[in-house]
Amino acid sequence: MAKIVTDVVCPFCGTLCDDLEVKVTDDDKQILEVYNACVIGTEKFLHSQAKDRLKVPMKQDEEGNWSEVSINEAVEYTAQMLAKAKKPLMYGWSSTNCEAQSIGGEIAELCGAVVDNTATVCHGTTLIAVQDVGVPSCTLGEVKNRADRIIFWGCNPAHAHPRHMSRYSIFPRGFFTGKGHKARKMIVVDPRTTDTAKMADIHMQLEQGRDYELLSALRVALRGAPLPEKVAGIPRETIIDAAETLKSGRFVVIFFGMGVTQSLSKNHNIDIAIMLTKDLNEHTKAAIMPMRGHYNVTGSGEVLGWQFGYPFSVDLSRGFARYNPGDSSSNDLLRRDEVDAVFVLGSDPGAHFPISSVKKIANLPSVCVDPHYTPTTAVCKLHMPVAFVGVEVGGCTYRMDAVPIHARKVVDAPEGMLTDEEFLKMVLKRIKEIKGVA
Amino acid sequence: MAEYLIKNGFVFDPVLGIKGDRTDIAVKDGKIVESTALSNPQVIDAAGKTVMAAGVDIHAHVAGPKVNAGRNFRPEDKLFTYKAGKGAMRMAGGFSIPTTFKTGYEYARMGYGTVMEAAMPPLYARHVHEEMRDTPIIDEGAYPVFGNNWFVLEYLKNNELENTAAYISWLLQTTRGYAVKIVNPGGTEAWGWGLNCNSIHDPVPYFDITPAQIMKGLMEANEYLKLPHSIHIHTNNLGNPGNYETTLDTFKLFEGEKPKDSFGRSQVMHHTHVQFHSYGGDNWGNFESKADVMMDYVNAHDNLTIDIGQVTLDETTTMTADGPFEHHLTELNHLKWANRDVELETAAGIVPYIYSPDIKVCGIQWAIGLELALMAKDLMRVFITTDHPNAGPFTRYPRVMKWLMSQKAREAQIDAMKYGDKVRDATFIAGLDRELDLYEIAQMTRAGTAKALGLGHMYGSLKVGMEGDVAVYDYNPETADDPELIEKAFGNAAYLFKAGEMVVRDGDILSNGRKRTLWVDVKVNDNPQVRRDITEKFLKYYTVSEANYEVHEEGYLRNPFRIEVDATQ
Ligand code: SF4
Repeated sequence: MAKIVTDVVCPFCGTLCDDLEVKVTDDDKQILEVYNACVIGTEKFLHSQAKDRLKVPMKQDEEGNWSEVSINEAVEYTAQMLAKAKKPLMYGWSSTNCEAQSIGGEIAELCGAVVDNTATVCHGTTLIAVQDVGVPSCTLGEVKNRADRIIFWGCNPAHAHPRHMSRYSIFPRGFFTGKGHKARKMIVVDPRTTDTAKMADIHMQLEQGRDYELLSALRVALRGAPLPEKVAGIPRETIIDAAETLKSGRFVVIFFGMGVTQSLSKNHNIDIAIMLTKDLNEHTKAAIMPMRGHYNVTGSGEVLGWQFGYPFSVDLSRGFARYNPGDSSSNDLLRRDEVDAVFVLGSDPGAHFPISSVKKIANLPSVCVDPHYTPTTAVCKLHMPVAFVGVEVGGCTYRMDAVPIHARKVVDAPEGMLTDEEFLKMVLKRIKEIKGVA
Repeated sequence: MAEYLIKNGFVFDPVLGIKGDRTDIAVKDGKIVESTALSNPQVIDAAGKTVMAAGVDIHAHVAGPKVNAGRNFRPEDKLFTYKAGKGAMRMAGGFSIPTTFKTGYEYARMGYGTVMEAAMPPLYARHVHEEMRDTPIIDEGAYPVFGNNWFVLEYLKNNELENTAAYISWLLQTTRGYAVKIVNPGGTEAWGWGLNCNSIHDPVPYFDITPAQIMKGLMEANEYLKLPHSIHIHTNNLGNPGNYETTLDTFKLFEGEKPKDSFGRSQVMHHTHVQFHSYGGDNWGNFESKADVMMDYVNAHDNLTIDIGQVTLDETTTMTADGPFEHHLTELNHLKWANRDVELETAAGIVPYIYSPDIKVCGIQWAIGLELALMAKDLMRVFITTDHPNAGPFTRYPRVMKWLMSQKAREAQIDAMKYGDKVRDATFIAGLDRELDLYEIAQMTRAGTAKALGLGHMYGSLKVGMEGDVAVYDYNPETADDPELIEKAFGNAAYLFKAGEMVVRDGDILSNGRKRTLWVDVKVNDNPQVRRDITEKFLKYYTVSEANYEVHEEGYLRNPFRIEVDATQ
């Protein structure tokens, strides 16, 4: 016999769908089927069932040979590494729960570490822009119930957040939006003809990297001031048409992704996108929201915020929290040889950092905590496998609109497998012993 | 657990009527006891010092999504304020929006033991509780916001009192909330369309109900449920010249109403940060104080309580569920603006603000807050707050006490303003020579607030049987003459005992205490219609499922303290 677990939260992307149903065996050991999730989400659940899954910590010796070690040895290596380092980097945190993030913060404080999350290479620029000009935003339910003008800027939800459009932004019928997508106008700004762009009422296929100019032109058009014939490759008429479409809406939402946060001008792009939103609030109601990637990168920013006051790239090495992205951010530290140990949990810099940074990690004492064997594992000295958050252990996670949702446990983790939180607690305890603090 | 005998201090306890007599206070097993009950106490020499129950803050924004958004979008707020961790303390920083650790430490250092988070968006309740869990020492509770909630708007439009009450019971339960908070009733829902309700009779778009009906209806439901605290109101039209009339209209809605609870409160309505609601004039040029009108009303009606929302003349961060007001503010000062509308429930905005002593309006606002207190007849009903961090950070409470206790200090402050004379002209402050004493300060900061919260049986007094929450200040009311000593002493408690444990000594934090989270569990008769409505709204309009909405005690609440109320009769 099998049973169905309902209201399951998907621990993959920042859409954080919480309506999944998972069929599991009666003994809570195996997932049989996943309903309601998109293909990526389904894969995440099924992947936890892989037969070749890492179950025991592994350590790499000088020659590059891997051997299995005990959990106690893994704790000891990690604790010694962090306790002895002058300025360790503790990176990741976006694919774990807030409970683990919170203990990570305590360890970082004790060891004078730099704590950074994946925002450093995706929406960090957004966070900086918010510090410059703020952010008028809303929850995704406001989009569902009120919004009739949707912009996707530099993002492709059809592939990256597959259920976003059906759950929140384009298709659902909400309280004031009973006609669903029929009463919504969709504008996509993207140099590529993505699958999202193909669905748009207006696709502004701008020249790559010229987002700032186009956003600026939209602000001009809103004011009814003169524009040149073309801006960023887009004809004046299209820009005016788009501005009018926005103005005539009752509720406008701009969603934006890494296509714009990591293109030229970086945080300045977001600055002006936010200012456009602010301008729109003088004509109608408008909000803007980053399409956050990992299911709990937002949570990491929140936990760091209430513990230390900054959302990412927090340098605790001087005994007080310091924040200066470009200086206290992971890649800058690695490339300047400013850190002497690297601890990774809940992300995969081996796959996403520039190769120059990855090489630096390979030369440092390093630990990777992850359910999977990842490219980061390959360059680390120790790999600690753990239970899947949101599959084998619950915990708090924050959606892209910062709504906190409690992820659920669906099946048991393999026998003897620790959770992130448990592993971090053991490391914290050991560090306290090493440092002789209560 | 250690026993303490706090000897020879000048004790101020409005509940016991002690006005500075030298009395010994005994603490054992977490409670106040008779000194004869002690067997081997540690003796604290409080000679020459002031002894009071620990402070109880009725209204501050100290945890949750807008507080944290404020932290994260203001790195500049952390400049010059960071302290390294030491002993029991984690590193801590921030000025107007301190980190959770600093929030706990700073309240404890001021001798406060209990603080209420004044606005919890229900959908974000989990976040509020996560932050409170990481805030050491102080007991906390949070008020979920109800004044723009679609369930409430619909039930009240149809005059469905019992359904409103059943929904309140469900939401308090589900969010682990403490009281019914109302912020800009109807106006914040209107803000969903970029609109507002500027008077209590402006209809809410689509919902066809007025703010007056919302407030009155929620009051009736609150009394029907016999909740420990009354409804807690921030009315419409905050911050605008001439708004005192809206505030008076709000007060008048409750004329003749009596509380029905069994927790000992005397009010049916608490109006918060009344300073922001007491403005005369019709523009910023002829802006003036209407504190006299407000206090004439408050003094003559004993079924309401207020807190002052004192402007402290600092750079701070404003944040409120009054979404349209924050938009108005960013248009006024052109500083950065964050806003977040919350589906079916509420909204919030955040804007940094500088209350400069060189700006006339700020000076007038500063005067109004003090006037409200100085014109009050009954300080058991008028409380000190700064609406932290809106009118200034809570860490300025000792300074507010100084201003209230010393006319000399007030005059010095007005003299330091660029437009001091204009401030005097537009206010009553110069004519007020009243100086509050420590007994009155104890009313405004512990006895009165504890009573208004329905927590008079636990906090706010040193009566035998109360919680062992005792603050000792190095302040001698018989010899001290310099007002600066007030500010210094009340910001650096000589001792704070929290639930019988010594957590502060000479301004240093010794322990993180055993912080509790207070919430109200009110039982009502089963109500199938409300249950059905909830299920339907979650299916159709919310973006989280009903099953994922509840905040469970386990994991999210540090030492949950459930206050049970039975409203089934
Ligand atoms: S859209 Fe994102 S959260 Fe939803 S099921 Fe797919 S991967 Fe999971």
